Amino acid sequence: MFELQVLLVFMIIGALIAVKAKDLLSSVIAVGVVGLGLSLAFLILKAPDLAIAQLVVEILCVIILIRATIRKDLPFSTSGRWFFNTFITFLFMAVLLGFGYYCMRDLPQFGKPIMKVAQHFVNQGLRETGAANLVSSVVLDYRAYDTLGEATILFTAVLGVLAVMRKIGRKR
Amino acid sequence: MKEQQKGMTIIVKTITRLTVGLILLFGIYIVANGHISPGGGFAGGVIIALSFIHIMLAFGKEDAFKKMNQGVASFFESIGAIIFITLANLGIAGGYFFLNFLSKGEPFKLFSSGLIPLYNIAISFKVGAGLFIIVVILMLFKITKEDEKK
Repeated sequence: MFELQVLLVFMIIGALIAVKAKDLLSSVIAVGVVGLGLSLAFLILKAPDLAIAQLVVEILCVIILIRATIRKDLPFSTSGRWFFNTFITFLFMAVLLGFGYYCMRDLPQFGKPIMKVAQHFVNQGLRETGAANLVSSVVLDYRAYDTLGEATILFTAVLGVLAVMRKIGRKR
Repeated sequence: MKEQQKGMTIIVKTITRLTVGLILLFGIYIVANGHISPGGGFAGGVIIALSFIHIMLAFGKEDAFKKMNQGVASFFESIGAIIFITLANLGIAGGYFFLNFLSKGEPFKLFSSGLIPLYNIAISFKVGAGLFIIVVILMLFKITKEDEKK
């Protein structure tokens, strides 16, 4: 698990640079670094399906973000009230960590699920569905309702983008 | 030099002409082998959409619309959803929604596991066309805004 921890530290540094960078293009590139690190983390945790999906979606998002921000550089001022801002930041971090500690105490150990139904999928999935890729057999056979919901979400997202952008296009 | 007005430089255009077919073929491979190897309909659909976005970035939006315009994209989006729902509803005849009624076949072969490859193809149509539409709309919005400034 040492590689995973190195990757997580790398991703945290990338996220901090994305927040703190002065121009937007550097921020977008740092966000892409975080996505690439997440894809590699999925590979280390032996989830190649998720790694492929994360990689291609990250490429698409970075293309859209770069096209959207490449000529719109908006540096914003960060002066004034630095004591209040820093105090509030540390206060919220302390509250979040405190609640997180109480929540995480009751979770099962990493890599040891408490759900018994997953064992049935692993043992009987190949015989019951005939799909060699167990992720496909779960996504499209045992849990197909979730995939239907995901397709509906994508359809709604396309409709939403069309509706929001069309109004501006008609003003000409 | 007048031919290079739209899109990027001639180096990018030449490389795009060589690689875009391979990217599309890789997406189709990922979709078709979704039930055997890692991948599946969503990842393959995004790769197929990326191949068309690749054309759009390199050659400009007119050349990309010759390959796939918004009408074709919305047709594929709708046909993917209709195939998915129809296959799910056909299962009601045998018992319940999403019943895998085709024969399972031999594992690790391309034609196996009943309906799962067909679901993968339907989802790839939907995801590829939907993401292509989203990117086209966002880029068109940016272009019209630049024109207004001039």
